[in-house]
Amino acid sequence: MPTIVVDVMPKPEILDPQGKAIAGALPRLGFTGFAAVRQGKRFELTVDGEVTEEVLAHAREAAEQLLSNPVIEDVVNVEVLPEAAPAPEALVEGRNA
Amino acid sequence: MSTELPLIGDFSTAGPVLTGARVGVVTFPGTLDDRDAARAVRLAGGEPVALWHAEPDGGAALSSLDAVILPGGFSYGDYLRAGAIARFAPLMEAIISAAGGRDGSSAGLPVLGICNGFQMLTEAHLLPGSMIKNDHLKFICRDQGLRVENNATAWTRAYSAGAEIVVPLKNQDGQYVADERTLDELEGEGRVVFRYTGWNPNGSRRDIAGISNAAGNVVGLMPHPEHAVEAGFGPDSGHGMRMGTDGLGVFTSVLASIAGETK
Repeated sequence: MPTIVVDVMPKPEILDPQGKAIAGALPRLGFTGFAAVRQGKRFELTVDGEVTEEVLAHAREAAEQLLSNPVIEDVVNVEVLPEAAPAPEALVEGRNA
Repeated sequence: MSTELPLIGDFSTAGPVLTGARVGVVTFPGTLDDRDAARAVRLAGGEPVALWHAEPDGGAALSSLDAVILPGGFSYGDYLRAGAIARFAPLMEAIISAAGGRDGSSAGLPVLGICNGFQMLTEAHLLPGSMIKNDHLKFICRDQGLRVENNATAWTRAYSAGAEIVVPLKNQDGQYVADERTLDELEGEGRVVFRYTGWNPNGSRRDIAGISNAAGNVVGLMPHPEHAVEAGFGPDSGHGMRMGTDGLGVFTSVLASIAGETK
C-alpha cells in the first residue's frame, strides 16, 4: 500500500533540548565536525487505496492540525514514498549464499 | 483537633460550603490527578462533578456546571505531544466554546488546566504558547516556590497580590515557550499569573509557571496546587512537615468567583 511521509521539525527559533543533548553526545563518541543537531519527527501514513490529490490534501491538513503544533513546529515535508521495488536478484542470491 | 498531623483529612480547614457550586473535573485516558483535583474542590467547599472526556453531549454536561478543571497526568501516554490527542476529545470543543472561544476576550466558564491540562489548553489554543521538554531533559518532582503575579483571575482572587506560595511540581515537558511578541503581550496585559521563584526548574521563558486568557477565566499552570490543599499531605511549610496548603487558594478563588463575590 502507498505511504505518505510527513516530516515535522521544531521551529528554528525554538531551542531543541533533545537535539542539544544529542549534539553533546556526538563528540564523546568521536563523531566530531557536527556543529549542531535538531531532532524532528517523521510520520508514515499508509494509504488505503490510491494516493489522489484529495488524499494528499487530507494528509497536509492532518499534518497542520494534529501531527504538528504550529506554535513550536513546522511541517517541512509531505510526500508520497516511492513504492518499494522488488528485491534485486543479486541481493536475494547473496542472502542464500 | 488534638493531633498536629491528622491521619485522615482535616475537613475543618475547608472554607465555607458554597452549596450549589459545581466544578467539573475531566478524566481522559491516562489522567492521574483527577481524584486529587476533585478532593481539592471538596476541601475548598465546592461540589466536584466527574466528567468523562468522551461525553457525547458536552454542551449539556457543562450546562449544569460552574467551572471545569483539566487535571494533570499523561493523557494518551503523552504520545505525539503532551495534551495533543486529548485536545481533540469530544468534550474539549464544548469546553472551548463554553470558555468564551479562542480569542479569550469575553469571560465564559472558568477553566483551569493543571500540568497536562495546561498542555491541553495550549494545544487547543485557548492559551498561547506551548510546552516543550525541560531544558535539562529530566523528569522533575519537587516542592516549587511560585509568586502569584495576577490575583484578579477567576482562579487566583483568594491570594494577595505578589503572594509567595509553595506547591509541588512534577513533569518532563514543562518548559513554557512562546515567541517574544506573545511573551511581551502576556506581560503587558498582566496575563502571567504564576512565576517560578528561587529557581527556574525547566527553562521556561521569563520564569513563567502559569498564564491566563485575556478575560482571566481560563488559567493554566504547570505546578500542582491540588497537591497542596490538606495539612499532613502537602509540601513542608513553616507550620511543619507536609503542612503546606498554599494550593487551596486556587480552588477557593473559583468558588468566590462563582458566588460573585467582588474583590
